[in-house]
Amino acid sequence: MKRLDRTCLIALIISVMSVVFCALPAIAAQPQQKNIILATTTSTQDSGLLDVLLPIFEKTTGYFVKTIAVGSGQAMAMGQKGEADVLLVHSQEAEKKFMADGYGVNRRLVMHNDFIILGPKSDPAGIKGSRSSIDAFRKIASANAVFMSRGDNSGTHAKEKSVWKAAGINSEGQKWYQQTGLGMGQTLNVAAEKKTYTLADRGTYLALKKNLGLDILAEGDAVLLNIYHVIEVNPTKWPKVNSAGAKAFSDFMVGRQTQDIIRKFGVEKYGSPLFFPDAGKKEDALGK
Amino acid sequence: MNSEKSTILEAKNLQVKRGGVSVLDISYLGVPEGEVLCLIGPNGAGKSSLLLALSCLLKSSQGDIIFRGKRVGANYSLSAYRRNLAMVFQEPLLFDTTVFENVAAGLKIRSVNQNEVKRVVEEYLERFGIGHLAKRSARKLSGGEAQRTSLARAFAIRPEIIFLDEPFSSLDAPTRESLMGDLELILHETRTTTIMATHDQMEALRLSDQIAVMSEGRIMQIGPPAEVMNHPVDEFVASFVGTETILTGKVIRRNAGTFSVSVAGREVEAVGDASPGESVILCIRPENVTVSTGFSNEITSARNVFSSVVKKIIPSGAFYKVELDCGFPLVTYVTNHAREDLSMHPGMDITASFKATAIHVIRKKLLSIPGE
Amino acid sequence: MDIIIEGIKQAFILLFTLDPEVIGITWLSLKVSGIATLISLLIGVSVGTIIALTQFPGRRIVISLINTGMGLPPVVVGLFVTIFLWRNGPLGFLEILYTPTAIIIAQAVIATPIVMGISLAAIQNLPANLRLQILALGATRLQMVWILIKEARLPLLAAIMAGFGGVISEVGASIMVGGNIKGYTRVLTTATVMETSKGNFDIAMALGIILLLLAFFINAILTQIQQRERPR
Repeated sequence: MKRLDRTCLIALIISVMSVVFCALPAIAAQPQQKNIILATTTSTQDSGLLDVLLPIFEKTTGYFVKTIAVGSGQAMAMGQKGEADVLLVHSQEAEKKFMADGYGVNRRLVMHNDFIILGPKSDPAGIKGSRSSIDAFRKIASANAVFMSRGDNSGTHAKEKSVWKAAGINSEGQKWYQQTGLGMGQTLNVAAEKKTYTLADRGTYLALKKNLGLDILAEGDAVLLNIYHVIEVNPTKWPKVNSAGAKAFSDFMVGRQTQDIIRKFGVEKYGSPLFFPDAGKKEDALGK
Repeated sequence: MNSEKSTILEAKNLQVKRGGVSVLDISYLGVPEGEVLCLIGPNGAGKSSLLLALSCLLKSSQGDIIFRGKRVGANYSLSAYRRNLAMVFQEPLLFDTTVFENVAAGLKIRSVNQNEVKRVVEEYLERFGIGHLAKRSARKLSGGEAQRTSLARAFAIRPEIIFLDEPFSSLDAPTRESLMGDLELILHETRTTTIMATHDQMEALRLSDQIAVMSEGRIMQIGPPAEVMNHPVDEFVASFVGTETILTGKVIRRNAGTFSVSVAGREVEAVGDASPGESVILCIRPENVTVSTGFSNEITSARNVFSSVVKKIIPSGAFYKVELDCGFPLVTYVTNHAREDLSMHPGMDITASFKATAIHVIRKKLLSIPGE
Repeated sequence: MDIIIEGIKQAFILLFTLDPEVIGITWLSLKVSGIATLISLLIGVSVGTIIALTQFPGRRIVISLINTGMGLPPVVVGLFVTIFLWRNGPLGFLEILYTPTAIIIAQAVIATPIVMGISLAAIQNLPANLRLQILALGATRLQMVWILIKEARLPLLAAIMAGFGGVISEVGASIMVGGNIKGYTRVLTTATVMETSKGNFDIAMALGIILLLLAFFINAILTQIQQRERPR
């Protein structure tokens, strides 16, 4: 069998070399300046908007965008450590602190969508039609109706917490308050299965609506606005960030062509747009 | 044919220590080319260690191994030396493949070309009687078949020296007998220098030109079988080799049911059907030897009656061991009573007799005794 | 139950229409886990064999470390590799975080102890005198090691399959060091997790089924090698 051994050995060497050879171009073809690490949230990625925008950006500028979709908390942590070049997030309080601590520059408004309060058709807490999200939350708490939270420090979770806070309710540890620690889509499925209340962004809801069985019970409150900003990571704190790339991406997101695309995104598929472009506007003017 | 034989392998001041304890201590061992040397001794005597040390498979604490005059390790590398050897262990240690591939293993290690491999392997498969098993998986062999394969594998390399570590001890008697015959034949044909460890003295007697008795890592005595067996150098060797008288001789005549062997000029009759010209080894237990002061032409049922001289009388527990000289050495036991009755003393003439049926015959399959 | 059926349907549709994204993800999974297994094979079998055959002080401790490594939580490996590879980490200058190479590295770290530990046991399990017998046939050290490896081919191939199985199904480290970037570092496992978290259970199931098919296919080939060449 010595010939077979030799053949095996040669086959092994050839396969190792060819596979390494295939991998090498991929490794070598990414010169540093061309890569931008974009830290964003899972819900942003899941909406599919970036799948439309990024190819356009990459084609016109030649950059390669590495989209790392994590929770808002982790995205900002990456920015704080200089492990990302630019952030696309929607977590007001955290963002403001991020800027105040000097980690970001050029925080620009990009777009918004809104959150909606969902629940079972039976609506045991009777929140249907509430115009005030704070009211709705209070009703849920007093009815001891089960509320499913994401509990993962995401933008959605942060928004939800701020509403509880504004309503003066400490939801942590309450028996009717459950946390999944999962992404938006999964959390919606769990809420639907268990027929609980939950807070979700409109985009994810629209994408999953037909199979869910949860109804929109309250919406429209300005408090429930979900506002997206693009923030470039501060190059003076972290010299290794690709500041040119970050700026190019930021410019792209507020540019007219992109904003147009955002305006139309989702209309065909869901009947209504998922996002509303807001570049250049003043924040307080939103949602009215 | 006792021509000047060169010493193919020498060991000088060979010592192996394991954990501070001396496992092997050989001041000198020289093995002439073409000879079969058997190492015998109790368990733990160091037989296996000596084999491993001589083949440089075991690292010695000190000492030199000299192969054909070249010191191994000096200018002559270990791996070059090992290429001249082969070793067979008690377990066959075959590879998980066919019998053919196993026997070919040593040749393939030496990058022998395919045609040559085929030729040599087939030759040795035949020689060891396993040609019909060539395609059989090594896992499916009987004990005897497996050990034949292991031997064929070792011999196919045409080694200069072959080391055998109790190769037959895990086989049953008939298999052992058959294999030993084949081994004897090959050793005679190829004249391969052989060093073999065994605890079976009959095996050693049959195959070896020299026997070395080992104990606690040392060689107590080394010499031709008859000498070691009949003239043990000390009590240990004596008690180990036993007290049988070992005689070697040539068959001169065949009788009805017996044959006559010429030993030191005298005739000994033994039971069997050996043919004239054959070399045999005769073993006589002391308890089968009777002595008397009668006339040596008395008719008794013992076919072998010899006049002899008492050489030594040694107290041996409940008996007395008496060494006689009949032209050839003979040992017998007598009780104290008998000794007194016969008034035995060294130097006296006495008649010794033993039956033809009491002789244990070992037939060598060769037509001549090496060395004659 | 319908989800499983839906999933099977989806899997076939995706495969038969040769959906380019799915093909790309599958090919990447195979490439990445394949290279990682190859690396673990080279390092694991050689080092495992050497440790099995030599004596040295502290050998027992080294072997316990390897055996512990066999059960390394992939997620922990991912975390450590990330910390090493990110920009401000010691190996940040290599710029390989969020590339397939990073996934290969993390998977190789996961698979190598598995292959090493089993190889070690496989070689130790050979008859004690076999090593001497091989040397006694005139083999060099290298030839001896090669023959021992061939003798232990059954458990060694099992080791490789265990290593491959461990990494083709791995997701925690792959997500962390790869970033699950579409078309670049998205593999079957990370895509499955993503689709699940989006709530697209049928697509997630389809990807899962494709992953199972891939793993079965590869293991069938390796099993064939393991079991053939054993004469009857």
